[in-house]
Amino acid sequence: MSANVNTALPLEYQTEQNRMNILGFWIFLGAEIILFGTLFAVFSVLNARYAGGPTPKDLFEIKDVMVETILLLTSSFTCGLAIYEMRRGNRNGLLLWFIITLLLGAGFVFMEVTEFIHYVHEGATMQTSAFLSSFFVLLGTHGLHVSMGIGWATMVIIQIFKRGLTPVTARKTFIIGLYWHFLDVVWIFIFTFVYLARMVA
Amino acid sequence: MGINWHDFFIVGNPLILGSQIAIVLTMVGIVAGITYLKKWKWLWREWLTTVDHKRIGIMYILSGVLMFFRGGVDGLLMKAQTSRPEMKFLDAQHYNEIFTTHGVIMILFAAMPLLIGLMNVVVPLQIGARDVAFPQLNALSFWLFFSGAMLFNISFVVGGSPDAGWTAYFPLAGKEFTPGIGNNYYAVALQIAGIGTLMTGINFIVTVLKMRTKGMTLMRMPMFTWTSFIASVIIVASFPIFTVALALMTFDRIFGTHFFTISGGGMDMMWANLFWLWGHPEVYIVVLPAFGMFSEVISTFSRKRLFGYNSMVFSIVGIAFLSMLVWVHHFFTMGAGPGVNSVFSITTMMIAIPTGVKMFNWLFTMRKGRIELTTAMLWALAFIPCFVIGGVTGVMLAMGAADYQYHNTLFLVAHFHYVLIPGVVFAVFAGLYYWWPKMFGHMLNEKIGKIHFWFFTIGFNLTFMPMFFLGLDGAVRRSYTYSAESGYAPLFLLSTIGAVILAIGFGALCYNIYWSARYADRNISNDPWDARTLEWATASPVQFYNFAKLPEVKSIDAFWYMKKHNEGLTLKDEEVEEIHMPSNSGLPFYMGVIFGITGFLLVFEWKLAALVATVGILAGLIIRSFDYNDGFHVHKDEIKKTEKAWRSVNKGVNNHVS
Repeated sequence: MSANVNTALPLEYQTEQNRMNILGFWIFLGAEIILFGTLFAVFSVLNARYAGGPTPKDLFEIKDVMVETILLLTSSFTCGLAIYEMRRGNRNGLLLWFIITLLLGAGFVFMEVTEFIHYVHEGATMQTSAFLSSFFVLLGTHGLHVSMGIGWATMVIIQIFKRGLTPVTARKTFIIGLYWHFLDVVWIFIFTFVYLARMVA
Repeated sequence: MGINWHDFFIVGNPLILGSQIAIVLTMVGIVAGITYLKKWKWLWREWLTTVDHKRIGIMYILSGVLMFFRGGVDGLLMKAQTSRPEMKFLDAQHYNEIFTTHGVIMILFAAMPLLIGLMNVVVPLQIGARDVAFPQLNALSFWLFFSGAMLFNISFVVGGSPDAGWTAYFPLAGKEFTPGIGNNYYAVALQIAGIGTLMTGINFIVTVLKMRTKGMTLMRMPMFTWTSFIASVIIVASFPIFTVALALMTFDRIFGTHFFTISGGGMDMMWANLFWLWGHPEVYIVVLPAFGMFSEVISTFSRKRLFGYNSMVFSIVGIAFLSMLVWVHHFFTMGAGPGVNSVFSITTMMIAIPTGVKMFNWLFTMRKGRIELTTAMLWALAFIPCFVIGGVTGVMLAMGAADYQYHNTLFLVAHFHYVLIPGVVFAVFAGLYYWWPKMFGHMLNEKIGKIHFWFFTIGFNLTFMPMFFLGLDGAVRRSYTYSAESGYAPLFLLSTIGAVILAIGFGALCYNIYWSARYADRNISNDPWDARTLEWATASPVQFYNFAKLPEVKSIDAFWYMKKHNEGLTLKDEEVEEIHMPSNSGLPFYMGVIFGITGFLLVFEWKLAALVATVGILAGLIIRSFDYNDGFHVHKDEIKKTEKAWRSVNKGVNNHVS
């Protein structure tokens, strides 16, 4: 399995096991799309059921959400730069952009947690109404994914420090890249359908 | 946190007390037995840490048979309770718990592992691979499944069983109407097992797409591999929906959210929709691999190539596609209106088309074939008429307007048992008799097998045929008793008698496994059935590296072609090369344990403790991330020795039918 190494391909695609891992991860992302799709469907069913509780107009503040969005979108861009540096075989460039990506991600998570705490202080908890239940669970699932991604990527950064750029570390980095961009796409949908659409309606 | 300690162990019911004692005695017996035989090390090294797809498959099958027994006992208890009007054997609450666990266990913890187990054993062999794409992930899938199954099974002695039906409809399944912790078991245990299943799906998709041997194009794959592949696609497409539904149920029950509640703006019927968005594809996840097994068995024992191979492939893809578009037919009575109901009526009926294609293909495969009536073939033969009854009544139920009459009656119960028992259980039995020599190196006894077959099929028809008529007469499902004036008594009694016969049939299988393990002839060849696909090209039982030299495929029924053209059957010494294999790992077992502990704490709503336990899960993930074990190489000498052992002797099957 690990025998046939094709050095003509990018580092992360060189071994058969790597190619299988990457394909497997694409399929996993397919499952993730279904998972988030279901959460979006649930939100779209429940999003006007306030049960006398606060409505989006009472809660959402576009400025904070905008900052979160910019942080996450920028992190997706820097993640792309990291993979670009990896393809050029520049380990330090990869690490630099990779760490910047995670810092931006951490900033996003921090902003989101602050936002949630703020809502809870205003009396909008996930127990308040069906709308808020679906809101918190949809965004919480996304936020948890980003947090897990940060932890996971930290492990991989340690491995790159220890082992340098090998087919294995390159594959792990590449897969995290796929994951990171995916979470960014999910956020674009959240920003559009949860925040923007609910604020203009 | 609201759980009283005196509710922890269920006391006061003699049946449950008996079970508790039996469980404790069995566990003590197992531990004592292993210690006495000094088998702990062997158990750990050879089984608990294995990443070998064949052993994982065997563990799946073993758990599946055990769970089938547990689910079967539940079924017998229900039958005992309804054998006569106004029986006092079980009370209503206990009956509720038993039909709930019967349904969940039979579908998720018996049918699924039996099929996934056979997939594990057979698919890599059929495509000429040495393992699945991700061997360690495969072990993790198994241990998560096992952990979920055990968590679900302890519910009836620790804390109380779920009791809202296997569909767990809201609002009944919510905290408001089912305040105990029983339904937490449902939400958490199925979640853990479901994660394992999702990983299996991903694993098998990649295995089939990437690990086929040279010449094994997609349209040369054996039908069982095709159906397993499509079932894996359906798993990936539908299990995330269940993951979300169960998570929302957990939030509703444990964290007080309002997804499916009546108060707070929740919507109870959304559960039914989400559940069946997964639940209906789930039916095809279990039935498609079963169809594949029948295809293999019918083709082998008719001595013919499978008729209409291409149409077979297109039908399974068609069934997979349609399976996603029919979920509303489970609740036509929701009141979605005639427009919506009509659409789902039509999509449902459309499933009969590809299924009918498959039926005719099987019949035409047998036409002019030289049919050999082995036990495996008998199951396949019995499957066809029984499944057609299930299918035709399914089309009856598919008519939205008529469904208002059948809904929630025993007619429906009879229908889905007529689909699932011939469609899945018969298939698994056929598969077990067929592939047993590949797994264990000896055959199952054909004579006992035939006793098993006749008792089981007669018992099955006797149990469920009366239910059609009871249902048409208005007997509702999930009702723990009925009055003498209803006039249901004779048919209910007949059904109970059938269940006893069916149980005797299952007992014959258990005896057969025991008898064959002790007495069956070990001197069998690699190909005792004169079969057609690649798994028979290598030793029985299969050596851990599967193939010394990966076979090259030139046609459908690759091994048949090899035999007819005498190609690739022998192995020269110089063809042997070192083989790279993955190492064993204790991590999947650890993950199963820690997931089980976390789940248990969550079931009891000890949220803080559960949070602490998740640190254990994260620790497992981190260890895995830093695990750079690249496996090991099998030396040429060892391969030569192993290959000589099964190739040199000219083995034939002696006296396996005794």
